Amino acid sequence: MNLRRDVFQAIADPTRRAILVLVATQSMTAGAIASNFDTARPTVSKHLQILTECELLKQEQNGREIYYHLNPQKIKEIADFIEPFCNMWDDRFNKLENIMKNYTSKKQ
Amino acid sequence: MERKTKIDAEDGKQEIMITREFDLPLELLFKAYVEPEIVEQWMGTKVLKLESKKHGSWQFVTTDHQGNKHDFNGVIHEFVPNQKITRTFEMENTPFPVQLEYLEFEKLTDNTSKLTIQIVYKSISDRDQMLKLPFAQGINMAHNRLQDIFTKQK
Repeated sequence: MNLRRDVFQAIADPTRRAILVLVATQSMTAGAIASNFDTARPTVSKHLQILTECELLKQEQNGREIYYHLNPQKIKEIADFIEPFCNMWDDRFNKLENIMKNYTSKKQ
Repeated sequence: MERKTKIDAEDGKQEIMITREFDLPLELLFKAYVEPEIVEQWMGTKVLKLESKKHGSWQFVTTDHQGNKHDFNGVIHEFVPNQKITRTFEMENTPFPVQLEYLEFEKLTDNTSKLTIQIVYKSISDRDQMLKLPFAQGINMAHNRLQDIFTKQK
């Protein structure tokens, strides 16, 4: 298993994003997922492997079948990735605002 | 506290928009971008050069928590007081390509103003990398803090 696999690289691929959308509503087997794509079955398997490695998908054994479902925890991490960037700018601008408010009072 | 800064990073575009409204008169907001000693305070950087005029250039150096120095520089293309600044931004010694920044300053009322920054990147993936940077740094910092705690416990 490749632990260094990047989640952002995983979702950069349109097929992999389509897979995530597919399994968002219900757990599906690899076969059922593959039937939604024109791409060869091994290609879809490779995509599933990558998505599972970075924990965006979880596997669940149900009888003889393996079902794939979404890992909401991991999805949330991605949704939040822009947060630190926003916070960085917000902190900076709050600082700017405070400094300039004092700047006026100093002048008065 | 509610966040007053808004970031728009539309999918599939190589730019971002940052907007923020300030409880400051337009002139004071603009001053914060021009006076080197004020820039130093809110940006947390050292200003080596800041030539606020067309064809001018700027150069900042920032020291991080580990004492490493990071150099930033760029050229100023447009400078209209209390209206706009157009400039480039480069992080030296990094693989990130130069980015282009359009800053627009607007008066809302006598005591409030708005800043809109459009940043254009070389490619969509460069933009996404930059957006992820503070996220990655946050993880690294948390990791370093953990390491500190563990080393102290030994």
